[in-house]
Amino acid sequence: MPQRQLVGQRIRERRIGAGLRQAELARRAGISPSYLNLIEHNRRRIGGKLLLDIARVLGVEPTTLSEGAEAALLDVLREARAADPAAAAEAGAVQDFAGRFPGWARLLAARHRRAAELEHIVETLTDRLTHDPHLAASLHEMLSTVTAIRATAGILADNPDLEPEWRGRFHRNINEDSARLANSSEALVSYLDAAGETDAALSSPQEELEVFLDAREHHFAELEAARDPAAGAEAIAAVLAGQERLHSASARAMARAHLERYLADALTLPMRPLERAVARLGADPAVLSRELGTDMTTVMRRLAALRAAGGAGPVGLVSCDASGTLILRKPIRGFGLPRFGAACPLWPLFQALSRPLSPIRQVVRQSARDGGLFMTYAIAQPFARRDDPLSDPLYEAHMLMLPLDGPPPQGEGARAPLELGVNCRICPRENCAGRREPSILTDGF
Amino acid sequence: MGKHVLVIEDEPNIIEAISFILMRDGWAVHTHSNGNDAVAAVAAHDPDLVILDVMLPGRSGYDILTDLRAAPATRDLPVLMLTARGQAKDRELAERLGASRFMTKPFSNAEVLEALRDLVPS
Repeated sequence: MPQRQLVGQRIRERRIGAGLRQAELARRAGISPSYLNLIEHNRRRIGGKLLLDIARVLGVEPTTLSEGAEAALLDVLREARAADPAAAAEAGAVQDFAGRFPGWARLLAARHRRAAELEHIVETLTDRLTHDPHLAASLHEMLSTVTAIRATAGILADNPDLEPEWRGRFHRNINEDSARLANSSEALVSYLDAAGETDAALSSPQEELEVFLDAREHHFAELEAARDPAAGAEAIAAVLAGQERLHSASARAMARAHLERYLADALTLPMRPLERAVARLGADPAVLSRELGTDMTTVMRRLAALRAAGGAGPVGLVSCDASGTLILRKPIRGFGLPRFGAACPLWPLFQALSRPLSPIRQVVRQSARDGGLFMTYAIAQPFARRDDPLSDPLYEAHMLMLPLDGPPPQGEGARAPLELGVNCRICPRENCAGRREPSILTDGF
Repeated sequence: MGKHVLVIEDEPNIIEAISFILMRDGWAVHTHSNGNDAVAAVAAHDPDLVILDVMLPGRSGYDILTDLRAAPATRDLPVLMLTARGQAKDRELAERLGASRFMTKPFSNAEVLEALRDLVPS
């Protein structure tokens, strides 16, 4: 079907979609119903003022009815056809398809463009794993160190009667190599994280939000200064205006939602009394919650918004929704957070989801990192309901991480640190009850 | 004196561990840690077997292996290749160039000993 003939078909589609009778559209466009009927059946050409009038009545842009408007769409559909010749899409039917089913055509074109974008990303990642010299060198360094540790540990395990001189030597080697391994793995994680920050093509809206928050160290002085919601709203607009790190509309919407909650928290618990309480009582959110008469999740979020000089020291925070998806990550050195995929199911964060409103206080150690100890506080609280006021609430869980210096707390009631990981892929704990998938550290990587 | 093995590897603690394991198993061990003059080192030591790392300073293990296979004296010398890259294409390349055995890091001590005993029966 020639392209020029599609205009009538589009007018008919739009008219029916708008719930207009042919006679009504004809009357409002100033033509006879029979003439419109001829146009709609592609038996009369249409253009100029009449096309503009019909578009006005239908409430659409004239270009969506005109022949050239869909040229870009047709190009993408042809690309989609060329990309998958095995599907044997009919070459001569592209225009007919776009004209008859414009919504489906747009959907197909959008899916094709998305698939092309994703293929590009996969290609980039594959290429990077193969050709990135820094990544290759880092992995080689790590595997060489692991090899040395494994061979040396094997000697120590297989030779219980080893001469003291040799034993001492091999112990020193293992100690040196494990320190090297810790450094090289940390450097690799930093490299991968930094690469993610600079590669907009790989960023999800969530990652864009995290880059934005990390750049501000999760602290917004503009919002801290706001004394009421109106001033806060202006401050939020000012923070977001011209914010280059938030590329996508989705990321900007997520940042706005984050800042609105930040503002509500700041109005509930201003920074000054929090800092005074931290200086007096320490950073235990349960204690601060009781002292300040504020719920624990607000206190935890406010602690994460404290500047490093605010008296609480470094503070990490992760939040997840009821599906377990991490929706907020404020990283802290020594506690790894997964960049992709799900986190370790042993985290108290997820335990909190199974017992809402019951705070958890737990010392943890992440075996995949440098073995640092953290005091964690986790709690799940309802944050919204669906439209029905009688519906079950939706929960969010939050976990605050505070580094612990020295040995784990001792004494009555003190529990051994909970050993956990970052996620299954890079966790060496072979016999973990929470394991979802094999680790690349144990499956012959 | 047992069979003679030359370990060409640049990681000192791997060299130390492998040397210890092999010596305890009765091998005479020499080591070399640079790719540039590795072929000359093989000629100088005339070993019964070579353990050859792929990523070496100066020259890759693949290039060294190519030279060894091109020289009549070392054409049939057993060579165990070690690499941190375990992809199929790396294994295929090593086999195509004439590696007698290909082992990915990290490996167990028992695997190394078993491979050596297979390649050079006592």
